[in-house]
Amino acid sequence: MIPAHKDLIDQLEASQPDALMQAEEIRGELILWTEREHLIPLATFLRDNPNALFKQLMDITAVDHPQRERRFEVVYNLLSLKHNLRVRIKLPTDEETAVPSLCGVFSSANWFERETWDLYGVFFSDHPDLRRILTDYGFEGHPLRKDFPLTGYVELRYDEELKRVVYEPVSLRQEFRGFDFESPWEGMLHLPGDEKAEAADSEDGGKA
Amino acid sequence: MAEAAIKPLTLNFGPQHPAAHGVLRLVLEMDGEVIERADPHIGLLHRGTEKLIEYKTYLQAVPYFDRLDYVSPMNQEHAFALATEKLLGIQVPPRAQYIRVLFSELTRIANHLLNITTFALDVGAMTPLLWGFEEREKIMEFYERVSGARLHSAYFRPGGVHQDLPAGLLDDIGRFCESFPKVIDDLEDLLTGNRIFLQRTVDIGVVPVETALDWGFTGPMLRGSGVPWDLRRAQPYECYDQLDFQIPVGKSGDCFDRYLVRMEEMRQSLRIIEQCIEKMPDGPVMVENQKITPPRRGEMKRSMEALIHHFKLYTEGYHVPPGETYTAVEAPKGEFAVYLVSDGSNRPYKCKIRAPGFAHLAAMDHLCRGHMLADSVAILGSMDIVFGEVDR
Repeated sequence: MIPAHKDLIDQLEASQPDALMQAEEIRGELILWTEREHLIPLATFLRDNPNALFKQLMDITAVDHPQRERRFEVVYNLLSLKHNLRVRIKLPTDEETAVPSLCGVFSSANWFERETWDLYGVFFSDHPDLRRILTDYGFEGHPLRKDFPLTGYVELRYDEELKRVVYEPVSLRQEFRGFDFESPWEGMLHLPGDEKAEAADSEDGGKA
Repeated sequence: MAEAAIKPLTLNFGPQHPAAHGVLRLVLEMDGEVIERADPHIGLLHRGTEKLIEYKTYLQAVPYFDRLDYVSPMNQEHAFALATEKLLGIQVPPRAQYIRVLFSELTRIANHLLNITTFALDVGAMTPLLWGFEEREKIMEFYERVSGARLHSAYFRPGGVHQDLPAGLLDDIGRFCESFPKVIDDLEDLLTGNRIFLQRTVDIGVVPVETALDWGFTGPMLRGSGVPWDLRRAQPYECYDQLDFQIPVGKSGDCFDRYLVRMEEMRQSLRIIEQCIEKMPDGPVMVENQKITPPRRGEMKRSMEALIHHFKLYTEGYHVPPGETYTAVEAPKGEFAVYLVSDGSNRPYKCKIRAPGFAHLAAMDHLCRGHMLADSVAILGSMDIVFGEVDR
């Protein structure tokens, strides 16, 4: 871990012990895990503390993991011009619970949060203007969720008789093809039905 | 007669308007000629690039980046290539680095030529467009010679660049570097001292440093306000740390300063290109790892293993180790970044594209308030908005 990251984590642990759930460095990039209720104090601290000065919020997005209990990770990327550092704040959330909006801390959060709401359906509380931004007027659903199909649900065309654009359910000429590239030699550790190998492996694991 | 409160006039600007630089719909609330509130409606060019990339292999995702900001395609491929290389843990060979920098800077010139000249057109000057596009066409020819396509080149790929430079290209780029400063001078003669241009741009859309930071501005929008921040210098990638160039900054942060910054950046890009031509090392242009990059055509005719590698690469692609990265490059418009999450398969689990224009356009309401209607066009022009990247 580079010294600047280490110092920052030490500072956070001293001044914001509740907010910092976990800190890790992956490939030289610092990631701070927090929880919803600590987000605003943490972001304000990172913005104003003279040893951090992360004045710029570069990006907000989410990552969808449908198999998890709290399926979304909301990701904030911050940049400090003064110290030439980047930091990433992450927090887990689910579909129902709102995440506090960062609009009061960084103005740029406004559109990024609107985008995250539009594409993932993560709700931001106290956002001044949480409308959809990228999708069509009257669009339903959140397209970047993993359970949203690539082709969507509706398609539109111009209707010559009605003299306007109409929406219709998507009709595919051929079935949507998803290719599974998991090779049995690389992706699967055991052949189905090969219980002996599994038992042998777990014994090895026990010894190690 | 009692004074009646007059409801502000709501004006719809775009989505089909030549000064909207694409498909921007701007809902303006006007008090006479003065803008009281601007509400940009974007997404009319939304193509779901991020969703599509999740269903494509890493190599198939590259061409989508050309189609984001279609006036600076190679810089965006660069961000994606760097992000993928970071996850794969590979370093591209020196010749590929120099070729990438060379073409990134050519792209920067092409982008600024388009921006400056269309900006000038928006505020009433037609000639710069005609002169600038002639030069842009020359850069497009270099694109074509190196990748086979004028615009959507798909040239920077994870692992290096697709093919080596054709014979004689470096000499021609060198000749372009000799003739191009004259064109910049001519453009400056037309614009920099032009009274109409000055009246339309000086003290219009002033961005103080604090505002620029608060709204996440990068690139010429930030440097125009006097912040000497450039990722090529601050967080150098490829071989930028071995090259000598200056970072121009503005003073007051108005539209005119942003124009000046872009003008000077073109001259600095030329310097970088000249250094790249001079220092261009020999060697391979792709990493010699056939699990990631395709084998040579000649080898495929003789070696069974090479044939298998080729087949596997263009059907299944390569598997990227699990992990995530936020990798940014200094694109002509500002910080263009890719937040790439891999789950160990051959397709990105998530690929978020951070487009500089998105953050800039978000501040449109803030910047336009209190300005005249005609100034909104100047502000928009100086922001360098391209809807391919804003809507994604």
